[in-house]
Amino acid sequence: MKSLSFDAAVIGAGAAGMAAALELEKRGFKTAIIEREEEAGGILLQCIHNGFGLIEFNEELTGPEFAERFTGQLAGSKISLFCNTTVVSIDNGSENKELLCYSASHGIMKLSAKAVVLAMGCRERNRGNIRIPGDRPAGVFTAGLAQRLVNIEGYLPGREIVIIGSGDIGLIMARRMNWSGCKVHGVVEIQPYPSGLARNIVQCLNDFNIPLYISHQTMRIIGRKRVEGVEIAPIENGALATEKAFVIPCDTVLMSVGLVPENELSKESGIRLDSVTGGPELNSMLMTKADGVFACGNVVHVHDLVDYVVEEARRAGAFAAGWLEGERPGFELRVKAGANIRYISPGSLDVERENRLYFRSLVVKNNAVLELRLGGELIKTIKAGHVQPSEMIKLDLESEELARARQMTDPVLEVSLGDRQP
Amino acid sequence: MIKGGILLDQKKKYDICIIGAGVSGANIARRLSAYQLDIIVLEKEVDFSFGVSKANSGIVHGGFHHPKSQLKARLEIAGALMFPQLADELDFPWKRCGIVVAAMHEDEMRAIEHLYLQGVDNGAIGIEMCSRERMLELEPKLSSDVVGGLWVPGGGIVEPYRFVFALLENAKTNGVELLTGFDVNKASLINADGTEPLWQVSSVDGRKIEARWVINAAGLYADEVSSVFAAEEFEIKPRKGEYYLLDRMAKARPERVIFPVPTSISKGMLIIPTVEGTTLVGPTADASQDKEDVETVQENLDKILNAARFMVPAISERDVITTFAGLRPTLRGEFFIALSGKARNFVQVAGIQSPGLTASPAIAEYVKDILKKNGIELREKPDWEPRLKKRHTIRDAGAEEVDALCAEDPAWGNIVCRCENVSEAEIVAAIKAGHTTLDGIKFFTRAQMGRCQGGFCTYKIINIIMRETGLPYDKITKRGPGSEILEGAL
Repeated sequence: MKSLSFDAAVIGAGAAGMAAALELEKRGFKTAIIEREEEAGGILLQCIHNGFGLIEFNEELTGPEFAERFTGQLAGSKISLFCNTTVVSIDNGSENKELLCYSASHGIMKLSAKAVVLAMGCRERNRGNIRIPGDRPAGVFTAGLAQRLVNIEGYLPGREIVIIGSGDIGLIMARRMNWSGCKVHGVVEIQPYPSGLARNIVQCLNDFNIPLYISHQTMRIIGRKRVEGVEIAPIENGALATEKAFVIPCDTVLMSVGLVPENELSKESGIRLDSVTGGPELNSMLMTKADGVFACGNVVHVHDLVDYVVEEARRAGAFAAGWLEGERPGFELRVKAGANIRYISPGSLDVERENRLYFRSLVVKNNAVLELRLGGELIKTIKAGHVQPSEMIKLDLESEELARARQMTDPVLEVSLGDRQP
Repeated sequence: MIKGGILLDQKKKYDICIIGAGVSGANIARRLSAYQLDIIVLEKEVDFSFGVSKANSGIVHGGFHHPKSQLKARLEIAGALMFPQLADELDFPWKRCGIVVAAMHEDEMRAIEHLYLQGVDNGAIGIEMCSRERMLELEPKLSSDVVGGLWVPGGGIVEPYRFVFALLENAKTNGVELLTGFDVNKASLINADGTEPLWQVSSVDGRKIEARWVINAAGLYADEVSSVFAAEEFEIKPRKGEYYLLDRMAKARPERVIFPVPTSISKGMLIIPTVEGTTLVGPTADASQDKEDVETVQENLDKILNAARFMVPAISERDVITTFAGLRPTLRGEFFIALSGKARNFVQVAGIQSPGLTASPAIAEYVKDILKKNGIELREKPDWEPRLKKRHTIRDAGAEEVDALCAEDPAWGNIVCRCENVSEAEIVAAIKAGHTTLDGIKFFTRAQMGRCQGGFCTYKIINIIMRETGLPYDKITKRGPGSEILEGAL
């Protein structure tokens, strides 16, 4: 069994892992990335559509092009990249964390590091998770699996398609299947609004006349051996109108019903998770409750854009580098999701630093206003314009704004979404 | 294992033909393989254990649910006692975790007492009545509202398909021939006037075999097979059971199998810690008209969660990874295992519903005795091999062991299924053992059975099947013809 030692180990070579590792390397630390797939790049590699990089590179790239910007830098760096390698456990009991890795290329390795960055990304929710009843035939795929099959493996999972859920991957796949000569009979969304980005509704559904059934629930999947249809019914005034149920014939169902941070490894190594996001609870340094273990990207919470992932990952890499240089969290101010907010990440701020918060709305609202309360007292309001659950909100806070927290015992910053005052 | 397409030696006359490769047929085949007999097993599906045996509670029952006046109760008690030795010989996942029956109301304690007395009468070892405190000590996941119950330490859990696969693999080692895709539709006595009858059994696809004795272990289709042989007329009525499967990290996972107090038609909705680490909740019990109907229904799924949460409040919808249904082949509530009074040299093994899995090793003994009594000479094979070589899994092996395996074959280090920790080497072993459908590989290795339900590994498994078998992409199926996975190539 091989034993290797690094300053920092990054788990996952997707956008988050690569960006965090490059930051650590820039600060002079001996860094390893462990990646379970054959090559670095993560899910970007199967996202052959464009729309990536508008913020990061100020140009519109495809997923593989976006990934290449980072894999290119990796190749020119001293970072050790272990592909085809899966981390099966993390022992974070001591100052040196030990990662047990299984690999077809490298055998079984024990890799030790003083800092660990979790960047395992997320996985798709599936049929079972949302408990769609009915038959269990061939032809039910998650949208991401279908994307992999079409874009990388070169196979069509079916011809007559219904997509359940209007997440971005589902919308992108609606267009992709259409371009591949398949017929997409509709996208079924249980909410009264789509869950994907507005631009994807326009470019992937409207441009191809693909019907979007909002406020519709999937009643069951039909087909003994292969999918034969999907029965759906409208939700009217919050109740399922079963008498209006109808069947859409199809041979394939793609599920795009949300993503969940993939944290079984974190959980097994005793890292505490947030019950709303499913990601690790983080402090202002993007460090988990385990000292020296950091996290970034979709393993923390699911981001809208890879550009945001990269931005967060760079900060996590820099904080991990700071940690290795002896920096420790300062005066931590707990952050709380108030009215109309689903979650906020990270869970606390450092009152002596500039801070960045990401959060999601629970509601669709025009002319929304962000309200910040410190110890119950309104300290700031910010115009937020149009908000909706599918679009992440970003907020930067200066240290001066929070200085007063220092005088308070157990201070809490509550962030709410209200209406603009007339 | 021998595949469906293999050409048969048409002239060979088998001593025994077993129809159905579920848990009954597999046990009978393995038991009879100890004797100097030519045996063939015919299965209509593309793989074994694809019927009743694939979707059930996976429990080794405790011998207290039925009075011993019933054949099924006697075989349940005898079968349960045979599991430790079988598991030792055949290395399938099994654990004697014990069963608790939870009374949630004082009135239910009367039923508990009845079960206790029945269990004592049946000889259930170590059975005891429990106070509330004792129940919570035995199973802390139980609701604090529990008022008392029954503790049956002899009960256990088993992975049913792995049990069937192991039995058949061992039977094959001992000379039993196995055919899949053999859907019996015709049978005729070749020399009906002769002293020794010979059955010719035909499949829908035209294949034929000849055998002196036929054992009908066709599960849901035992009635149809019986009528093909002009034997007894009866009707197998499917009774559907729906289940939820919970993630292996679910907080609700108990240490014991938890039963409610049973009703007159079923043992009720259970919470089962599966032997491989997930948690199973169910089943319902609803009459069905259709032997292929394994559809799940919304209202039933809701019913399951509510009933189970009443006993174990930690059960959460967030932990659900899949839902499925299985069918019980019921025949007036009792097993029908007997020499046919109408068809010659024909043994019925029908109506094997719960506790069929538990009883199955004893069913094999029982069938062996029927054959012996009716003149089949049972001469032991001097070289019978009761043991199956242990199969490695990286899930159970330590790092050192995996390291050693990797040194021989790097495929042991390639984790294909990240949720259940299954290596490429295990997938290849499944394919080499004849499991070439996605479901067959799932039941053999557990790959695709975890929380992502194949979202990450399906394409990898498809590629491995194509590489190992040479099958083209459009011949890769979920569970046989008609369930093709891919519809085209770009």
